[in-house]
Amino acid sequence: MKYFYYLSSRILSILPVIFGVTLVSFFLIHLIPGDPVRIMLHGRATDEVVKQIYHELGWDKHLIRQYLDFLFNAIRGDFGKSYIQKAPVSDLIFERLSPSIFLLIYASILSIIISLPLSYLSSIKVGSYVDHFIRSFGLIGFAMPPFWIGILLILIFGLYLNIFPVGGYGVGFFEHLYFLFLPSLTIALFLSPMLTQSLRASILDNLSSDYVEVAKSKGLTNKNIIIFHVLKNSLIPVITILAVNLSWLISGAVIIEYVFSIPGLGSLLIRAISYRDYPVIQGLCITFSAMVVIVNLLADLCYMLINPRVLK
Amino acid sequence: MKLKLINIIKSEYNSSNTNLKIGIFLFLIIFLIGIFAPFLTSYDPLYQDYNSLLLPPSFDHFFGTDNYGRDVFTRTIYATRLDLKIGFYTTYIPLIYGVMIGAYSGYYGGFIDTIMMRLTDTAMAFPFLILIIFILSILGPGIHNIYISIFLVAWTMYARLIRAEMLVEKDKDYIVAAQVLGYGSNRIIFKHAMPNIITSCIIFSMFDFVLNILLVSGLSFLGLGVQPPQPEWGAMVAEGRDFILDAWWIATLPGMFIVITGFALCLIGDGLSERFGKRNQYTVSV
Repeated sequence: MKYFYYLSSRILSILPVIFGVTLVSFFLIHLIPGDPVRIMLHGRATDEVVKQIYHELGWDKHLIRQYLDFLFNAIRGDFGKSYIQKAPVSDLIFERLSPSIFLLIYASILSIIISLPLSYLSSIKVGSYVDHFIRSFGLIGFAMPPFWIGILLILIFGLYLNIFPVGGYGVGFFEHLYFLFLPSLTIALFLSPMLTQSLRASILDNLSSDYVEVAKSKGLTNKNIIIFHVLKNSLIPVITILAVNLSWLISGAVIIEYVFSIPGLGSLLIRAISYRDYPVIQGLCITFSAMVVIVNLLADLCYMLINPRVLK
Repeated sequence: MKLKLINIIKSEYNSSNTNLKIGIFLFLIIFLIGIFAPFLTSYDPLYQDYNSLLLPPSFDHFFGTDNYGRDVFTRTIYATRLDLKIGFYTTYIPLIYGVMIGAYSGYYGGFIDTIMMRLTDTAMAFPFLILIIFILSILGPGIHNIYISIFLVAWTMYARLIRAEMLVEKDKDYIVAAQVLGYGSNRIIFKHAMPNIITSCIIFSMFDFVLNILLVSGLSFLGLGVQPPQPEWGAMVAEGRDFILDAWWIATLPGMFIVITGFALCLIGDGLSERFGKRNQYTVSV
């Protein structure tokens, strides 16, 4: 029953957010100065064509009616039609969804692989040179622009050493792994400093708890305590940290997809903007924020299942 | 000891930590490079010299030249002015009204508070860059529109942060005492509570400064921000991207300046958080 209450309160709390997101995505489009359809068609259209498109988009109706139509269509997964790419927006988004999700998951896994040993090293020797070194490395990583890291990696691994491809997505799972290694590494490099810090804080937090005292009094070494007892408990917050920073991760991924020309949602967005393809931009905004909201909800639920103490 | 400015600075210097010192030192260097840019180089950032296209770094051209024969070092240090200005405005202007909105909303609570929080929830559900890009796609690219879009969105983080602090602070004894004494709520919020809750915002603003510089240079990299031929770090990296095979220096060396500036600001933020005795805050997760 407790689970049910928690679940329903979480779901209820995201409803206004989703409502707000659709509201913003809908009304911002109507703030475009000038005639959006003419801008979309780059001015090469007769009055009849413009009028017809207005009618097809439903933009000749009352604004509130339009919004309700938009809302119900969006719930059904229909974001209208792109007049520039001549296809339904949902199809365009759907066919480019998998590279982006692959990239996000791959990058998260890589950043966990990078930050686990680093946080382990810096938490067993707090305040030592190793700790300070890892911390400074983290600050530099935080300050590096993702597009710049991407270009450096392309330069080093793609062009001089010629080990990894500099762009594209490949065919089949293993080629995806190979092609997306550099982009994922780029994202992981700017995500891992933060993850390392949070993990370090979490490990240190756990080290001062009772069960560590028990383990110590049983005569276990520090190393064993961290590896077998503390690490397991410290990994739980990683889920939350990754989920909270998903929006940041997506922002990075958009630029990285553009740098490595990966056919994902990010490059779709950049192209839609250069063509002023408003329905696509609108659809992508909703997709991205839905991703953020849903992943945060899932992370909360995972956290609840792993750590039932939040229910109290 | 009299409370003179010089004494305050002296005692601050003595009590500050290494991170803070190194950070401020690095940042001052970047800042001075920006101010004295015309004295550090004899070239013009916009002058196109077709006799010296794509020259590699040398003593004449520290960072080489680009595809129009412009000196990359000159452009980079002139860009320092623009980038620091943009970073400063986009961080500290939203901070002012974000803090005010958050403080009022946390102190009074009630209906306004609920609306404010739903508004910030919505703004934070969008990935930040996506929302900025969305607004820019409507307003059109350019630096003024970047200001407008960031001013519209960025205050939410500060409002969130200060509201959370205010909720904890407003039940403390000294606030209650001030209320009992009959002080006005403006006086309580800004004179009594604010000095205690503003520190986390100041620490976060350092990291936000970095994030904003990265954001604006990222937008310029995508072609939505500062328009060529105006020198800007991200735009320069984007220009160099097409010549990465022949001329690695155009794309990579201006990026170094972003990293150094960001590192300096991070060190300051880190040092301040140590100074104020707070745990480091990279991002807001309230």
